Amino acid sequence: MALQSPLEPKIRTFELNVYYGYKHALQDVTVDIYPNRVTAFIGPSGCGKSTFLRALNRMNELIPNARTSGRVEIDGINIYDPGIDVVQVRRRVGMVFQQSVPFPKSIYENVAFGLRLNGKLPKAELDELVEKSLRQAALWDEVKDRLHHSALELSGGQQQRLCIARAIAVNPEILLMDEPCSALDPISTAKIEELIEELKQNYTIVLVTHNIQQAARISDYTGFFYLGRLVEYNRTRELFTNPQKRETEDYITGRFG
Amino acid sequence: MTTQYGFQKERSWQILVGVAFVSITLLMALCVVGLSVGMLGHFALEGLPHVTWQFLTETPRNNNTEGGIFPAIYGTVLLVILMALLGVPIGAVTAIYLAEYAREDSSFTRWVRFGVNTLAGVPSIVFGLFGLGFFVQFIGKGIDSLFGLELTWGKPALIWAAATLAVLTLPVVIVAVEETLRSIPRELREAALALGATRWQTIRRIVLPHAFTGILTGSILAVSRGAGEVAPIMFVGAAYSLPELPKGLTSQFMELGYHLFVLSTQSPDVEATRPLQYATTVVLLLTTFALNLSAILLRLKMRRRRLITR
Repeated sequence: MALQSPLEPKIRTFELNVYYGYKHALQDVTVDIYPNRVTAFIGPSGCGKSTFLRALNRMNELIPNARTSGRVEIDGINIYDPGIDVVQVRRRVGMVFQQSVPFPKSIYENVAFGLRLNGKLPKAELDELVEKSLRQAALWDEVKDRLHHSALELSGGQQQRLCIARAIAVNPEILLMDEPCSALDPISTAKIEELIEELKQNYTIVLVTHNIQQAARISDYTGFFYLGRLVEYNRTRELFTNPQKRETEDYITGRFG
Repeated sequence: MTTQYGFQKERSWQILVGVAFVSITLLMALCVVGLSVGMLGHFALEGLPHVTWQFLTETPRNNNTEGGIFPAIYGTVLLVILMALLGVPIGAVTAIYLAEYAREDSSFTRWVRFGVNTLAGVPSIVFGLFGLGFFVQFIGKGIDSLFGLELTWGKPALIWAAATLAVLTLPVVIVAVEETLRSIPRELREAALALGATRWQTIRRIVLPHAFTGILTGSILAVSRGAGEVAPIMFVGAAYSLPELPKGLTSQFMELGYHLFVLSTQSPDVEATRPLQYATTVVLLLTTFALNLSAILLRLKMRRRRLITR
């Protein structure tokens, strides 16, 4: 769904379909996502919003019988073209998961993980990038004295911010977030939301959330998924104040979901 | 009459059945404990007094009826280490293939699994015959004729016994390592892949460090299994009695299990060697325990180190 916008879309999908075996999980999704904005996708469980998100960095391919058709263009290039290297796609499109999954390594090594994948970096440069990423993820002050402690010692909220630091360390252009706060307490959630608003200056953020209020608070654009279809997509304020579709209105007013 | 459902006491015969069942399970559990304690105790009582320094350090004399068993201890340890060096890498790599790359629905995967299960079910004497036919006669003789050597590799030898045991213990290693790999959370792999790691980088940096303890567990189990086997090695390298230690991979060697078999069935005077039999049994048990223990300690150490630095 194209909107009136002065911005050139960062991501455009065309008739994107995803099947899991015989299940048609995502049906004909066509949407434009704009740079340096937070775009939220909401909808009840099983509506296809996470499937959509995972289609944007080709993570669905890891599921054995998943099949994707249609196009996902990032800066005009279809990432499903045969010539495209999926590893390069994932370097440009970072992802933060619902369950924070730090590697069982030190805090430092978690952030450095992606940086080391491209070969050896000088230690000074690595130190600098780790610090920068942790600062961007608003975690530096809390962990600077224990960088070489296990990441598993951190609290849930800190672990999630570590995962964000880890994702942005490799300098992606797009950050996909799959319900990043659903396992966190309200205070940690507030911190992450604040962080997301800051990060959008540098990244295009696509957020999937269960939490309707969260989408209303922090996103610029919101899409509503239902039964595998993108029912409605609009500027967040428009969608929440003046939904065009009956299902959207029912969902955001809490009549089902 | 009160028939308030769910509040009646159990009837007496129901109680009786319950008590009887508990008693039977307890009794059976005690039997198992009794058997192992009794067996170990019997061997310890009969054998330990004869495990002297001379017995441990001397070579057998006078047709195995006198002297010690040092060559057999040495041969067993060497054999088992060599077996692990040959078998564990192959088993671990196979497990990595099965857990990480293989598609469960492909027919090749089914064949690999069929192979692993078959190996696990073959009686150990068959491995002995296989070792003789394949390693000694085919590979060994092949090497000799290829390089124009006199009879060097094409006869029973330490290396072929170790190779035979390695094949025998392959399924143990594969199953242990594969279980460990499958217990690694999918989320960890996905997190690495989402950072732009290739499949290989994910395996190298996330999966293998986790798998290390599994590989050690596999080695422990393989060693326990391999150290006690007699049948597979009797055709392929174990010697009746050898005063000198094996000099190389192509030497024959003495082995504790086989030595025990020889003492108790092939000796000119079985009664005279009875103390030696008991003592050898104790040493065989202790050697197996020691090999296990060292691997367990290594695993603990690795785990502790990971806990601190991770």
